[in-house]
Amino acid sequence: MLLSAALFTIGVVGVMVRRNIIIIFMSIELILNAVNINLVAFSNQLQNAVGQVFAIFIIAVAAAEAAVGLGIILAFFRNKETVNIDEMNLMRW
Amino acid sequence: MGEAIAFYIIAGFILIFAVLVVTAKEAVHSVVFLVIDFLFVAALYASLGAEFLAIIQILVYAGGIVVLYLFVVMLVNLKRPPEAYADPHRRTTLGFALSAAMLLEIGVIASYGYVKPAPALAAVAAPVTGNTEEVGWLLYTSYLIPFEIASMLLLVAMIGAIVLAKREL
Amino acid sequence: MVDTFVIPLLKIVIVLNATLVGVTYMVLLERKVIAWAQSRLGPMRVGPYGILQPVADAVKLMIKEDITPVRADKWLFTAAPIISMVPALIVYAVIPFGSEVSLFGRQVTLYITDINVGLLYVVSVASVGVYGIILAGYASNSKYPLLASLRASAQLISYEVAVTLTLVSVVVMAGSLSMVQIVNAQYNSHVWFVFAQPVAFVLVLIGGLAETNRAPFDLPEAEQELTGGFHTEYSGMRFALFFLAEYANMIVVSSVVTTLFLGGWLPPFPNVAAFGFLYYVPSWAWFLLKSFVFLYLFIWIRATLPRYRYDQLMNLGWKVLIPIAIANLVVTGIVRVLLL
Repeated sequence: MLLSAALFTIGVVGVMVRRNIIIIFMSIELILNAVNINLVAFSNQLQNAVGQVFAIFIIAVAAAEAAVGLGIILAFFRNKETVNIDEMNLMRW
Repeated sequence: MGEAIAFYIIAGFILIFAVLVVTAKEAVHSVVFLVIDFLFVAALYASLGAEFLAIIQILVYAGGIVVLYLFVVMLVNLKRPPEAYADPHRRTTLGFALSAAMLLEIGVIASYGYVKPAPALAAVAAPVTGNTEEVGWLLYTSYLIPFEIASMLLLVAMIGAIVLAKREL
Repeated sequence: MVDTFVIPLLKIVIVLNATLVGVTYMVLLERKVIAWAQSRLGPMRVGPYGILQPVADAVKLMIKEDITPVRADKWLFTAAPIISMVPALIVYAVIPFGSEVSLFGRQVTLYITDINVGLLYVVSVASVGVYGIILAGYASNSKYPLLASLRASAQLISYEVAVTLTLVSVVVMAGSLSMVQIVNAQYNSHVWFVFAQPVAFVLVLIGGLAETNRAPFDLPEAEQELTGGFHTEYSGMRFALFFLAEYANMIVVSSVVTTLFLGGWLPPFPNVAAFGFLYYVPSWAWFLLKSFVFLYLFIWIRATLPRYRYDQLMNLGWKVLIPIAIANLVVTGIVRVLLL
């Protein structure tokens, strides 16, 4: 569980500190993996396969989110030619 | 004993590569480290007895999602790296401080809240043996509705990705 | 002690050596077969009838100058051929070469390991092999390899979907993901799966051709179109690794198709008493014979068919193969539940 917490924190640091939006997305994947590790560890300890089932769902959701997110990045990139998240301020005041 | 050593070694590598993912200067290096990280996580799943999940992790995550990331990184090949100039509005130290606070909080929760849950989820005696069969049994009987919803979600995501990335419709 | 460490290690050593030797002789075989198909003789000078040609090729590639482009990414440039070769070799861990054999008084099984998710392991390792191609193109830091590698990897991941869906229908027939169990299922059902699932057989063959970048799907490395594709900037031993990885992939696909559809190590009419005499031929001989048939088929197809254009290729993968694979899966599921 400590491994999962540590991985989660590294992912959060990545999300907050880096400016390249693709790396931010990859840090989000790290966070999701941390959660998965936690689930599998509990599933192993309690000898119940439900944890693994839920982990499979999380992987499926992560795949969907990665696909759509990357599509958004590509569409944005065509308009504004940047992946720096500080410059993506079209919705700012 | 051997299992514990294996766990610590794999866990160490996972954390090292995770740090490398977050701190690499080039995006492509980050992606490569992410792949290696996922392979180690799959090894961890296999050592915990979840072999189906380990293979699915390699197949879907390492083999599919990260390939997508690599494609996008290469299509977005930039002349000027995004970290080149510092934005005065960004408070990096605040980001670090918040993350440290969160880690502390998670640690506290983990150590105090660790109570063995009452076996309310008594393991349904699936009439099949083997990890893959057990997961499959659960997926198709108790968790059928989430399964169908997940497939709908994937369909919607596919259509969404196509619509977003097409040049003209 | 001996059983858990020594025997698997010996098996690994034997399998790897056999694979690498086989791969180098594949090069010779291909040149010879294509030559005969074109009414000429192929390599004849080195050794009797050109048998020692691979040795000459290997020496040539090893003593070539090792050039690294100036602004290429050094780590990735070196790592890419390795990433391409390793998945092609580690798939052999789950392929069963034959039934049990007794050597030196022990029963030795002719596969390195039998994991319950063997078939999924094969597919996932193939999907990791895509990275070698993408990183090779990127690390070369020049236009042609980058474009070629993107095209090649797009082709690979498209056909991966079709092949995986088709393999699921084989799993439905066999009831297990383990390779050894699939062969046993063919033994128990008295018939090779190629007769039970002809559509799946054809789909996996086509998908296998596309997955290994072989003709007629070899646009990514067609010399006339992209000056060598994603391995333009590679020379010497690194290029040799790519080359060998491609042929090793071909042998892997042949072995997997043999195991899944042609019954692995089983003779033509398994478990039928009248044909019991076919069991006198050792099981690994059947396996090698069948794999060899597929390898010859691959080379034959390359010598015969013209190349697909890239958009035709992607069209075929997404719009034709995937619907057929899904239809096959549905039909297999229905038949299996209703009739068997």
